[in-house]
Amino acid sequence: MTSSLLFNITTLLYLASMLAFFAFIANRAKAFGTAGSVIAFGGLLLQTIAIGLRWKESYILGAGHAPLANLYESVVFFSWTIVLIYGLLDLKYRYRVIGAFVMPFALLGMAWAQLGLNSGIEPLVPALQSNWLIYHVITCFLGYAAFAVACGISIMYLIRERHERSTPANDQSIVAIFPTSRVLDDLNYKSIMIGFPLLTLGIITGAVWANYAWGTYWSWDPKETWSLIVWFIYAAFLHARITRGWAGRRAAWLSIIGFAATIFCYLGVNLLLSGLHSYGG
Amino acid sequence: MTSSTSTSNKTISKSIWDFFCSLKLTMFTFITLAVLSIIGTVIPQGTPPPEYLQTISPAKLAFYQSLGFFNMYHSWWFILLLSLLSINLIACSIKRLPHIWKTITQPVMVMSDSLEKTLSNCTTIITLGDAATLKDRVANVLKAEFADPVITENDGAFHLFAQKSPWSRLAVYAVHLSVLVIFIGAIIGSLFGYKGFVNIIEGQTISNVMSRSDKEIDLGFALRCEQFSVAHYSTGAPKEFKSIITVLENGRPVPNYTNVRVIVNDPLTYKGITFYQSSYGNAGEYFFTASDLSGKDGVTFQVDRNSSVTLPDGSSMHIIEETDDVSKFVPNLTGPAVQVEIHDPRGGSEKVIVYANHPELNIQHAKEHNGGLVLQYKGANKKMYTGLQVAKDPGVWIVWVGCILMMVGIYAAFFMSHRRIWVRVNNGTVTIGGNASKNQGGFQLFMEQLLTKIKKQLPMEDNK
Repeated sequence: MTSSLLFNITTLLYLASMLAFFAFIANRAKAFGTAGSVIAFGGLLLQTIAIGLRWKESYILGAGHAPLANLYESVVFFSWTIVLIYGLLDLKYRYRVIGAFVMPFALLGMAWAQLGLNSGIEPLVPALQSNWLIYHVITCFLGYAAFAVACGISIMYLIRERHERSTPANDQSIVAIFPTSRVLDDLNYKSIMIGFPLLTLGIITGAVWANYAWGTYWSWDPKETWSLIVWFIYAAFLHARITRGWAGRRAAWLSIIGFAATIFCYLGVNLLLSGLHSYGG
Repeated sequence: MTSSTSTSNKTISKSIWDFFCSLKLTMFTFITLAVLSIIGTVIPQGTPPPEYLQTISPAKLAFYQSLGFFNMYHSWWFILLLSLLSINLIACSIKRLPHIWKTITQPVMVMSDSLEKTLSNCTTIITLGDAATLKDRVANVLKAEFADPVITENDGAFHLFAQKSPWSRLAVYAVHLSVLVIFIGAIIGSLFGYKGFVNIIEGQTISNVMSRSDKEIDLGFALRCEQFSVAHYSTGAPKEFKSIITVLENGRPVPNYTNVRVIVNDPLTYKGITFYQSSYGNAGEYFFTASDLSGKDGVTFQVDRNSSVTLPDGSSMHIIEETDDVSKFVPNLTGPAVQVEIHDPRGGSEKVIVYANHPELNIQHAKEHNGGLVLQYKGANKKMYTGLQVAKDPGVWIVWVGCILMMVGIYAAFFMSHRRIWVRVNNGTVTIGGNASKNQGGFQLFMEQLLTKIKKQLPMEDNK
């Protein structure tokens, strides 16, 4: 059995999970929600095994390193962290339907990685030969994933809030199984409260590594600058919670803009701008 | 008249103060910083490359230059925004800290009627027994389940007050302080440190490096490159760039700093100055003879890899490529060869391959071209140079202290909560209420469980 096969099955499981969640919204049968969650957890477990297997395979090929070294590996890891953060949220708060707005991100990542990216295991170039790679990548991507979940929740918020304003309490509406807008607003905040410290730690570990490898902890490289832009946006979000004027809809939009900036920081910078963080892919 | 002027002065200074304390300013600064930072990720920073300059009009170039777009993160307006952020967070902290400090150091230990009204979870238990016995029982439960309470006697009633992690209220100010600490570290680094660069040829010793602002900096010691090498994976991708470096004081190698391995991700630090493996290149010396077609008037000369020489006929020559075995390129030939470029004084140039083992080809080429100057390749003294990044940053430790403070502060600010519980014990009644600075839901659950435990310890009608 190869990691590649397991990643393909994972992708299909995430697709099945997403469809189950969509069915859950459409007909509100609890079984669909449970199925969506269970399949997502199954996929997460399988993907964990696959990542471990790929790590082992890299040693067999003589290129031994954690599978966090190129674009393919980072996209796969990003999907994994998204499902992980969603899973934790699901275990803690049991709002199953959120899966319908989070699993598409994980599925998109896996589908792109499996269909469109070069999945070859390559040896580490000298610049990446450091343990800081693992700390830096893990913290950054857990942060990104929490922001992905917050973005999904914010989209739900906007849909739910629009329904609440236009149609007075309608049990037949598709948003009937959504948590209330107050709960969604709170979950958005909670997800960002997980993401922000992780992003901060990701930036700091990156700075420590840059200082160790290049002699400068901050060089205004486009990737660094974009991570700071993302940090500013979520810092604004957190401060906005103190003023009531910036809760609700504006907070939801800030969260969506924050995730758009996150995605640009992760992919846009590499694909469109030049700098120190090339993924070799 | 005077009083009204002073009032309006007071109003103006107060509104300025309020402006610097305001959260609106915070939001404005964060969003403006985020949006303006994008400029520097799109427009190249530092000296713009010529290819880029060709893509923009002179008017645009002048506009960008006047606004400092090519060094935007050090431009006056970017520094101004960072200063505004610093002033904002200092002002906010000054405004709020005294009140928070009082809450922490001088807690309200008696639950008054007005305090009771603010506690949404306040519950009164009707029980039996006198206040003195009841207060001990409640105190024991609080001590076991929450925190040791302070007991005050007031108007015949006992007041119990217990709290947990009051200092977590300071966490947000620790985060604000950490931002300032990081800024201070960065300022110290830029005032008292430098970033530089040096190329050292194998065997060469240097004692000066070039700073980024093109200033020569004397290290106060010397550095010799003993060797440089590149290792490759079987795929051809680079595996390791390695310099062997020796530090010299007064011309003598320093113990423990002799033949030090410097690779990417593993620098060398000596006397607060750190050297990072950054680039490399060929610094070989190539030997030739030049003569006329009959082989007379031969001269021997040397060309260094990255420079050019003037030949006897006035043209200049530099090396483009070299090989030890030309058969890889031309199957029937053997031995070393170099490709050189020759510029004649009239402005023409040509690329020529000069062989070591095939003088006949060199002569043939001379016959066909450039009027009969015959070049013979005599071999090379192969050498590499290593390119080291040099950094001295006395502020970096302050930056790390700031980062640690920031992480601890963010953790405490997000996940720790100041929880307070007040209990008033009268004869036959126990009133309990509490609040938390964060995670109201979790605290509510805790209070419900605590109430059940306290009830179990109180003499109830049913318990008899």
